[in-house]
Amino acid sequence: MSEAPFGRRLLTVTGVDELGAYRVLRVADRDMPQSGWQAGDLHPGQFAMLTAVERWGGGEGERPYLPRAFSVARRTDSEAHFLLEDVGPGTQRLCELRAGDQLWVLAPLGRGFTPPSDGRRALLVGGGVGIAPLAIHQDTLVGGTGAGPQDLQAPAGRVPGVEVTVLLGFRDSSRATGAALLDRAQVATDDGSVGHHGLVTELLAAEIERDPHAIVYACGPAGMLEGVRALCERTGTSAQLALEAGMACGYGACFGCVVPKRGGGYLRVCVDGPVIDAAELEHVDAHAGGAGGTR
Amino acid sequence: MPMPEGRAGLDERAWPRWISVLGRSRAKGRAMSIEFCGLTLVHPIINGSGTFDAIAARRVFGDALLADFPFSAYVSKTITLEPRVGNPPPRLWETAAGLINSIGLPNKGLRGYLAEDLPQLAEIVAGAGAAAGRGPVPLITNVMGASAEELSTLVGACEERPEIAAIELNVSCPNVKTGLDIGADPVQLEQVVSTVRNRTGKPLIVKLTPNTADVAACAQAAEQGGADAVSLINTLRATALAPRRSGQRAGESDGRAGESRGLWLGGGSGGQSGPAIRAVALAQVSAVAALVGVPVIGMGGVQSAVHACDLIDVGATLVAVGTESFRDPAAGSRIALGL
Repeated sequence: MSEAPFGRRLLTVTGVDELGAYRVLRVADRDMPQSGWQAGDLHPGQFAMLTAVERWGGGEGERPYLPRAFSVARRTDSEAHFLLEDVGPGTQRLCELRAGDQLWVLAPLGRGFTPPSDGRRALLVGGGVGIAPLAIHQDTLVGGTGAGPQDLQAPAGRVPGVEVTVLLGFRDSSRATGAALLDRAQVATDDGSVGHHGLVTELLAAEIERDPHAIVYACGPAGMLEGVRALCERTGTSAQLALEAGMACGYGACFGCVVPKRGGGYLRVCVDGPVIDAAELEHVDAHAGGAGGTR
Repeated sequence: MPMPEGRAGLDERAWPRWISVLGRSRAKGRAMSIEFCGLTLVHPIINGSGTFDAIAARRVFGDALLADFPFSAYVSKTITLEPRVGNPPPRLWETAAGLINSIGLPNKGLRGYLAEDLPQLAEIVAGAGAAAGRGPVPLITNVMGASAEELSTLVGACEERPEIAAIELNVSCPNVKTGLDIGADPVQLEQVVSTVRNRTGKPLIVKLTPNTADVAACAQAAEQGGADAVSLINTLRATALAPRRSGQRAGESDGRAGESRGLWLGGGSGGQSGPAIRAVALAQVSAVAALVGVPVIGMGGVQSAVHACDLIDVGATLVAVGTESFRDPAAGSRIALGL
């Protein structure tokens, strides 16, 4: 796991690309480590706290005030990518950024995914904007270096021995366009407009039945993650869940982003996670979606 | 956000007499060594209790935290006699220029703190001091109890640990007998502070609550009880409602029989911090500094050196940074350099 430099860094936006209902924010960053599994590498699932330098505040309700947390969605040689959906004053402001605008970035933070051992298959399960960390996870598992700055499609090649299956769920077709962030994804939509008409956890149940020894890596809304957790508990499948939570600092200072831990007490999503072994949770808390005060 | 600007015309002659300016920086800014209750601090910027977990920050940032430690003294989060898990989530609500927190003082309890956290904190402040070619950054332990007896036990235990340079009392706690916040009532506060005073020879700081009719009277009571310094302001009591459902009208319930719209925070209410409270802090620090003879640690919405200067100009000896560290972990250094 890479340590973050102490203090936020001033970085420049290289571009913002539309991806259906989402935006891919590309930021020039030559200093963040490349993704990998060694100590000192950027681990897939690690995240950044982002603040627009100009006009951070003065939006809806005179917000935003706090930085906003985003998984690194992709790391190229020269850029870090973040996947945005406009769901509140913070994400709205970030969606407005254009090439040349400046950002404060505190990264990389948190604990990321642990790769599968013993040649086990990786089942990547994403929902909505939560597909972001699965893109860099896929890149890293298959040995790709990430897409070029102008190309949102992931590299197609795979390293033998690590089989990766990608299952993504979206509300509708404009969001399902986000599936292009990953390679060869099976898609489910709530409205049936693209792929399987239903929940991504239904696709997951079928995959687990075929291969009970697979490892599940999931990120998405709290309801989806709870579905994944409950399913994996029933089937005895190991699962790593990347959680979201309203967060003020991202580095363990505020104690605001907690989720209940199995057996009592709480985990801080920012420093104990955001990737948490499903076995550590009794359930995925409904509030672990960051809704409300810190979007 | 523009970087803060230093205030060129800061006039030391206007400072309270207990500040002795011992040195100046060689290059950037004017690092000012300050005597505070017998401790020598390299600049006037410290952290507010509960706003910077140095143990977590050390894990996240590694040795870089020590090389550029942002505070001239480090204040621990609040320690209670028994362990606390803290409040159920959600614990945060962002407001215009600030946030409401309802964290609930999670901590390992006195025994856990002394056995596990204090040795780690001592290593961090020693490392931070060594990185700057000095002795350890003074470590201030913040404690809270629901009675004078509980506070005495906590303070007595801190007294025996040489790693602890000073003790701060969090008196924003309901008295277990009266139900009133200990720090909100001058009579009660003076009694508690004088009881606790007898248990320690270390500097004793009383962290005042702003949720009281007359904060200056409370500060005076703390001083009369034997406090060596006072710190303020703590967060202002505040709350937030759960977001309205689309189409939900004013006064309409959440749908559960007879219930009005729910509160957002798991703890019900919380405390407002951030720039939203800065003007309140300036007024309260000013009122307290005008009345008491002991040094004052001022805090509340400080984001820049200009804001820190404002608090110093109304009589604060030290300035604590809290919520701004959430936005930028190195905020303390940035503000100290700008002075």
